[in-house]
Amino acid sequence: MPACGDRTLMQPLLQVRDLVVEFPTRRGTLRALDRVSFDIAPGEVLGVVGESGAGKSMTGAAIIGLLEPPGRVAGGSITLRGERIDNLPPREMRKVRGKRIGAIFQDPLTTLNPLYTVGHQLVETMRTHLAIDAAEARRRAVGWLEMVGIPAASERIDAYPHQFSGGMRQRVVIALALCAEPEMVVADEPTTALDVSIQAQVIALLKRLTREKGTSVMLITHDMGVIAETADRVAVMYAGRVAEIGPVRSVVKAAAHPYSAGLMASIPPLSHKVDQLPQIDGAMPRLNAIPQGCAYNPRCPHVFDRCKVERPELLQAPETRAACWLFDSDAPRERAHV
Amino acid sequence: MPAFILSRILQAIPVMLAVALIAFALFSFVGDPIATMLGQEFTPQQRDALVAALGLDQPVPVQFVRFIGNALQGEFGLSYRLSRPVADLIVERAPATLELALCASVVALAVGLPMGVYTGLYPRSLLSRAFLTFSLVGVSLPTFLIGILLILVFAVWLGWLPSFGRGDTVQLGWWSTGFLTASGWKALILPSVTLGLFQLTLIMRLVRSEMLEVLRSDYVKFARARGLRDRSINFGHALRNTLVPVITIVGLQLGSIIAFSIVTETVFQWPGMGLLFIQSVSSADIPVMAAYLLLIAAVFVTINLVVDLLYYAVDPRLRAGRGH
Repeated sequence: MPACGDRTLMQPLLQVRDLVVEFPTRRGTLRALDRVSFDIAPGEVLGVVGESGAGKSMTGAAIIGLLEPPGRVAGGSITLRGERIDNLPPREMRKVRGKRIGAIFQDPLTTLNPLYTVGHQLVETMRTHLAIDAAEARRRAVGWLEMVGIPAASERIDAYPHQFSGGMRQRVVIALALCAEPEMVVADEPTTALDVSIQAQVIALLKRLTREKGTSVMLITHDMGVIAETADRVAVMYAGRVAEIGPVRSVVKAAAHPYSAGLMASIPPLSHKVDQLPQIDGAMPRLNAIPQGCAYNPRCPHVFDRCKVERPELLQAPETRAACWLFDSDAPRERAHV
Repeated sequence: MPAFILSRILQAIPVMLAVALIAFALFSFVGDPIATMLGQEFTPQQRDALVAALGLDQPVPVQFVRFIGNALQGEFGLSYRLSRPVADLIVERAPATLELALCASVVALAVGLPMGVYTGLYPRSLLSRAFLTFSLVGVSLPTFLIGILLILVFAVWLGWLPSFGRGDTVQLGWWSTGFLTASGWKALILPSVTLGLFQLTLIMRLVRSEMLEVLRSDYVKFARARGLRDRSINFGHALRNTLVPVITIVGLQLGSIIAFSIVTETVFQWPGMGLLFIQSVSSADIPVMAAYLLLIAAVFVTINLVVDLLYYAVDPRLRAGRGH
């Protein structure tokens, strides 16, 4: 097992096993996540990529226990340091959120409460989770603002969110996510809403702070550039399932799953000019029309009979693990069809 | 901040002048005051004397300026119907209306706000559905019908509460209050509920829809993601963000409670300004109508100013000092 590194030897911080999330609707139950499994090691950055609707954000929401009703975890488990958190009562789960798993949302313009100063919001978060007094919380709040690179932090602590730019607000959001010193952070598209020039700074900040604190990150994004720069491993999601998971270099350079290979091929290369980028024909199926077998089979250039009948689990590919029958070592004959 | 207050006051001046013009026009277009005051039989001398005494022989703009000058000093002339100074009549009647309006607003807010919060937080609960059904009744039944039904049940059938009047009042200087006697309080209950019911259901529905909206907002989700306590999220983060629209509506509603207590005062024979106004309308008592019009305009202008100031208190985005 090359390239996977020693991370796999460590006890994972977060374990997601066969997670199923369902939405009951009038016309039957929709399966938004279908047996999603992955681990995050302590201090590791796991990138999660995929198209809109692939289930990236849904996975993040399920982990922090904030699925939009009527969505619910219908199967599988989520464990944090060996302790199940997917079935905790709301009161207990509240103590996990913020304290043990922080969250960063997409749009910093709307995630901060406009009526309170950033200092108030930091102090409130810290005092909810940590046994510290108001003066200490305020002192630490100034410290956090400094750490995330807000100039003149001791004055700006009493400023309201609207007095900050978008990039500065996302820095405040990062401070809020980290201020109770959680073991991991779910960052859901943390740079998507920002100016391109600001994105790199914010990602670098997130990377630096989480490395300093040893915080694990689940980095949800559709920006492969961000993933390539930041993540240790990457999970590619498709139609509510994990299509491929592996070390970031392997997935980018040598994706095994035909879908991730197509996804990577569609990233414009910087080295030479191309007239037209390769594209994957068709569109991701709707949740109520996911085909039998492998969800990708109608679009897959390597499709064969088995793909249309049986759903592949994550199988060992050369450098990664891919949910693709091409890598079924028990049935090597099938590869003859390729 | 003082500049803001000043600018709002300056804006209020044209509004008040326009209303004053309309009030003034009433004198010229609704009925003939001379005929009304002198009755059936009078000599031309008597007529001319009265015209001169009232200043009606002077050009219209001069009359208007005099009207405004008098109004500023609280001088609205004599009531045609009661032959008493209008200012005295209004001062006499105002406490009854203001106390009724205050009680109605307190009822509307104290009941409507918690009901709105509850139905916003638990939209699917049985109690919320009951509240919503009840609010539909409050919004759709006309005020006079509610008043009459309440009288029928609580005054006629049960005999618990009086059906009309203010009960015993106590005179505090020029202010007559019903707050100091048991019968005064009892007399306040039915009219306050009648007058406040519509506002109550309005506030409840408004708070509910605002809460539902705010609870879906990103900052409430983020507050949950930060693991804050429910109480802090629901009241500190969600409710406070609903306050700006709620203050607007409550302010305007307070104005209309005072202005349109006419129906309630008529049903309960409540000796307030509304009853005075309706009696004045039926006898074409122009000075009282004009004074009432101006007074209500002043109430609305004042309430609007207070509402604007409250925005500043609630929403930091409106306060000066953008960026650094």
